[in-house]
Amino acid sequence: MEYFLQLVLAGLTKGSIYALIALGYTMVYGVFKLINFAHGEIYMIGAFTALIVGGALQITTDLAPSMIFLISLVAAIFFSAAHGATMERIAYRPLRQAPRLTALISAIGMSLILQNYVRLAQTSDFLPFHSMIPDIPWLTPGVSPITTTQLTIVVTTVVVMISLTLFIKFTKMGKAMRAAAQDRIMAQLVGIDMNRVATYTFVIGSVTAAIGGVLIANHMGQINFYIGFLAGIKAFVAAVLGGIGSIPGAVLGSFVLGMAESFGAGYISSAYEDAFAFIILIIVLIFKPSGLLGRNEVEKV
Amino acid sequence: MLKLDSVHTYYGNIKALKGISLKVNKGEIICLIGANGAGKSTTLMTISGIKTPHSGTIEFDGIDITDMAPHRIVAMGMSQVPEGRRMFSSLTVVENLDMGAYLRSDKKERKDDIEYVFSLFPILSKRKNQTGGTLSGGEQQMLAISRALMARPRILLLDEPSLGLAPLIVQQIFEIITRINKEQGTTIFLVEQNANMALKIADRGYVIQNGRIVKADSAGALLEDEEVRAAYLGV
Repeated sequence: MEYFLQLVLAGLTKGSIYALIALGYTMVYGVFKLINFAHGEIYMIGAFTALIVGGALQITTDLAPSMIFLISLVAAIFFSAAHGATMERIAYRPLRQAPRLTALISAIGMSLILQNYVRLAQTSDFLPFHSMIPDIPWLTPGVSPITTTQLTIVVTTVVVMISLTLFIKFTKMGKAMRAAAQDRIMAQLVGIDMNRVATYTFVIGSVTAAIGGVLIANHMGQINFYIGFLAGIKAFVAAVLGGIGSIPGAVLGSFVLGMAESFGAGYISSAYEDAFAFIILIIVLIFKPSGLLGRNEVEKV
Repeated sequence: MLKLDSVHTYYGNIKALKGISLKVNKGEIICLIGANGAGKSTTLMTISGIKTPHSGTIEFDGIDITDMAPHRIVAMGMSQVPEGRRMFSSLTVVENLDMGAYLRSDKKERKDDIEYVFSLFPILSKRKNQTGGTLSGGEQQMLAISRALMARPRILLLDEPSLGLAPLIVQQIFEIITRINKEQGTTIFLVEQNANMALKIADRGYVIQNGRIVKADSAGALLEDEEVRAAYLGV
């Protein structure tokens, strides 16, 4: 029973991280029908920023760990958001009228550039990441089933999801995003500025990805320039699984994926952990090609 | 008010518009008639800034809007009711109207305008909380026109408002278009295949064929024109 509970918690943690990344994929796809393959790198850049800022603060100041964690998180958010907005501006905006394949190639190029620029600026080795999340006293490691980091990850994800839902539902920009996702041309005809929608979409996606990057780095304890690749692919799978373009779908897909990986690794074989994501994806797509919560695309004539 | 000067628009290598020149004066109802694929919708999308012309200029109120972004053109007072209505189908009728007023921040006057469009199309007030996708074709067209009016345009571009609708509904919609022109002083630029109907309410008309304007005259003269009668009026 306790083993089972541990697997559930591990699945929730994984699912939360996937959800934070998958949001960016699904929002960009929803509005621009573009799969931003460089999105995983934004998450990696978030983790690196937190490592650098957090590390510097740990050495040079004697701030409380929780303060250092917050400062490095904010720095990661800003740095990743700047990367996301710039990426949209230089790699996708000039191609908005171009065929979708062109933008996809641009996305892959962007991904390679970001990976290698971090490799050159930093290192290709794994860097240790000392967790900056202080332990909550009543969550003694080894005794309570959940660790402080896991709890932080799950709670943060829930807060992010709720804020995002409120933003999309009630703000003017949120409404503009929904309108643009439904019909981009009509959105422009009622006066919505697509460039602003694009910037907001990429910034929001980058912010959630950066949060995911910082949290997972604290959880896993080491990072390198390549962590964005697998995490990005998995989050993309989660987004497709849930129905790409749908925000609740991305969240559901992420948790399904997290649980599947956790239970697959726990009860079947941990060697195949990464394969479970794709097995689940194939099974779902056979029976529901538009994803769990995806809408069937109606071809307009 | 609106002036196009030898506008060329391409889709890739295909020339959709091959030098369109036309003029719409303040307060007029102007119609552009032509067959399928003649370039009617492209003309409207080029005016609204969705398509950027390859060459030529478009002026609105004396300001060059040729390369202006669509949302800025809307802000200048031009709205379009596009072909196929393009509802935000998961939003309700009222939310669709709110989207039409996206650039406005005057809450109270927006409420009054919603009342005004409900007075034009009473059926919409009964459908207030239904989503756009559940409306009938005629109701969707009414909502599309209302949504465009919510921006308080000085000029309204309409793309085939009669398409696929029952004759009685078409009649009603054309009456409302005339009313908007008379009551609000809104200039109307109407694109139609239903030439008979359009020419009856218009002041002047243009005939477009293969991306070129082939005839321009008063609506009355076009209704009498032999070629127009044979090609577009089915007489």
